[in-house]
Amino acid sequence: MRLITGNDLATGDVIWWTGSDWSRHVAQAVDAGKDGEAIAAREEAALRVNGPYVIDATPGPLGPVPLHIKDRIRASGPTVRPDLAVQPLDAKAGNWVI
Amino acid sequence: MYRYDEYDQAMVDARVAEFRDQVERRLSGAMSEDQFKPLRLMNGLYLQLHAYMLRVAIPYGTLDGRQMRMLASIARDYDRGYGHFTTRQNLQFNWIKLADTPDILAKLATVEMHAIQTSGNCIRNISSDQFAGAAADEVADPRPYAELLRQWSTFHPEFSLLPRKFKIAVIGADEDRAALKLHDIGLKLVKNEAGELGFEVYAGGGQGRTPMVAPLIREFIAATEFVSYLEACLRVYNRYGRRDNMYKARIKILIHEIGADEYRAQVEEEFQHVKTLGLDPPAAELERIAAMFALPPLDAGAPADIDRSDPDFALWLDAQVVPHKVSGHSIVTISLKPSGGIPGDASADQIDLMADLAERYSHDELRITHAQNVVLPHVRNADLYAVWQALDEAGLGAANLDLLGDIIACPGLDYCALANARSIPLAQKLSERFDAARQRDIGELKLKISGCINACGHHHAGHIGILGVDRKGEENYQLSFGGSGAEDASVGRIIGPGFSEDGVVDAVEKAIETYRGLREEGERFLDTYRRVGPEPFKAAIYA
Amino acid sequence: MTLLRFRDDAAHEEPQVTLDAFLSQPEATAVRLESGEDARALLPYLDRLQLIEIAIPKFRDGRGYSAAAILREAGYTGELRAQGDVLLDQVVFLRRCGFDALSSEAPLDEAAVAEALHRFPGVYQKAIDDRRPVWALRHG
Repeated sequence: MRLITGNDLATGDVIWWTGSDWSRHVAQAVDAGKDGEAIAAREEAALRVNGPYVIDATPGPLGPVPLHIKDRIRASGPTVRPDLAVQPLDAKAGNWVI
Repeated sequence: MYRYDEYDQAMVDARVAEFRDQVERRLSGAMSEDQFKPLRLMNGLYLQLHAYMLRVAIPYGTLDGRQMRMLASIARDYDRGYGHFTTRQNLQFNWIKLADTPDILAKLATVEMHAIQTSGNCIRNISSDQFAGAAADEVADPRPYAELLRQWSTFHPEFSLLPRKFKIAVIGADEDRAALKLHDIGLKLVKNEAGELGFEVYAGGGQGRTPMVAPLIREFIAATEFVSYLEACLRVYNRYGRRDNMYKARIKILIHEIGADEYRAQVEEEFQHVKTLGLDPPAAELERIAAMFALPPLDAGAPADIDRSDPDFALWLDAQVVPHKVSGHSIVTISLKPSGGIPGDASADQIDLMADLAERYSHDELRITHAQNVVLPHVRNADLYAVWQALDEAGLGAANLDLLGDIIACPGLDYCALANARSIPLAQKLSERFDAARQRDIGELKLKISGCINACGHHHAGHIGILGVDRKGEENYQLSFGGSGAEDASVGRIIGPGFSEDGVVDAVEKAIETYRGLREEGERFLDTYRRVGPEPFKAAIYA
Repeated sequence: MTLLRFRDDAAHEEPQVTLDAFLSQPEATAVRLESGEDARALLPYLDRLQLIEIAIPKFRDGRGYSAAAILREAGYTGELRAQGDVLLDQVVFLRRCGFDALSSEAPLDEAAVAEALHRFPGVYQKAIDDRRPVWALRHG
């Protein structure tokens, strides 16, 4: 599956495209299919996201799991500071990072 | 240390107003990210993995208690309660919001701090020796010259759009504690035969993709005209540095391609012209600045004896403390490398504590080292025990300076958008594998870890260097030996195929055992490696 | 496109020729320098030149700033024009390096330019413009 991700312009938060909106939680990300780049461009022009790009992910029991380790770390937070993790909807969602 | 006059203050205040305006234009969409990015970079603001990261300038690594406290309060109010000291003596905050940055910069300006030119293709923070002004082996304190250069380079109209970043270091002693020859330009204070102060000039050093040791470009340039000389150096680079490929755009590539002799000749030609333009500040300006770096009133009659009866204190003393040039005093290095900890990170509480200690015991002065530690430069011997007790209680009492546990590590893939692999977990594993007693037995060992080829962890200059790479989507680590950032500067050599994270920890252990088996009296790891070469290490690691 | 001139005289009529063309045309009085070309090639002709246009193909390309400074240091007094990707945030540096005309591809707001030019009350280094650096103000 293909997810769209980027950063919130004002806060810098890592955000994921939910199909209608942007969420800080990768569990709410949807497969943007082949429209990913077009959606990303539209959303960036509207200032709803900064620097968006499309990534590959695989479905997991608690939501999409980004294939590349960099995006898994973006989704969960620095692995050396679990106290600063993005709070997933389900606490166990962070376990798949590494 | 330097204190702003109204001109300096007006400069940072105007910069804050300018950036506030630029941020508004970005947030409103009047400016695109492509147009905004170089502007925010020139105020030290990156967009990293998790948030914006702000790199605050600590000019030549010197600051006071009030400034440390402001850094702690920003960590609390705008970040997540901690900061990260860097290999260029600056401080990074990892969780900054773009919308808050103008206010943060405004607060920094109230204590004479800024984030000007800590990123971007311009002249960056001028770095220096963390023992400057306190060490006995100095020709003179290099920091007044670093301050002169800080001002000269700030908003320089001709050199703010260089092919690439430009890093300058200034030192004042033969012992190179600032990795001088791994800078774009390195200046070493010397006296000529007439006793006049001037500089040896090195140019074209650097790490990154293509590490190089800077050749000597000029044996002596008088302090009265070194600004003109640097103008000439920068102009030649600005005109001829490559702009077609960002990985070949540093001055080290230019000097490598045309040769040091040709570069020297072109600079000389430009210098003969530029020195007539009246660009050098008058001697009175240097005197004005130098007066602010006068030694604080230290009592040379203070007792020199130190009570070593507490064994833990004695271990710390031997590792972290060196004699000051004034009798009865010492220079203290505070380790920000607790075993299993994150190298260079300090909590807001720890930063406040170090501010307290500086005010109480070090004439209100601190230094940041390029090895990501903190120095209290002027401590009375009689106060060392109290200082140690306070540090130990706060988790800042590690006795590992220049030992294996004193690891330099970049933030790596845990924080940095440029990284290919994590570096911090590796640093944690390595420091935990070797306990304090083992580290002392091994002796001086500078271990440096970078999470990508940009080499912010200075791995090329490590006695043991580790580079994290992405191998088919997995983190992989290349091991190198024999690098040095000191006056005997050298670039490390890769030992063989790479390893997993656990694999490289095992490989380092095998390398250490090989060293211990082969070392002669007084040899550090680096010395043994240089004497016997890579083969014995290779054989043990890949057996 | 916006052209801002900071000169009292009228804009030069003759079109700019390339450097190669200029060097072979003894009557030409206006030249355009691309960002990689050597400004010193023009030094023998400064008396004749009335307009030198320096290309700024991308705002990050800082070579034009050195070219401008070199020309002014050699005594050129004609119009020195930056042309191309000239943005608001570079106008101060461009003026300080000696440019007295800015020709930007994208629109430039004149009021914003004026504000930018007066934003910083002091300068740290001596440059082509007539602003006294802070060290001169400190020591008279």
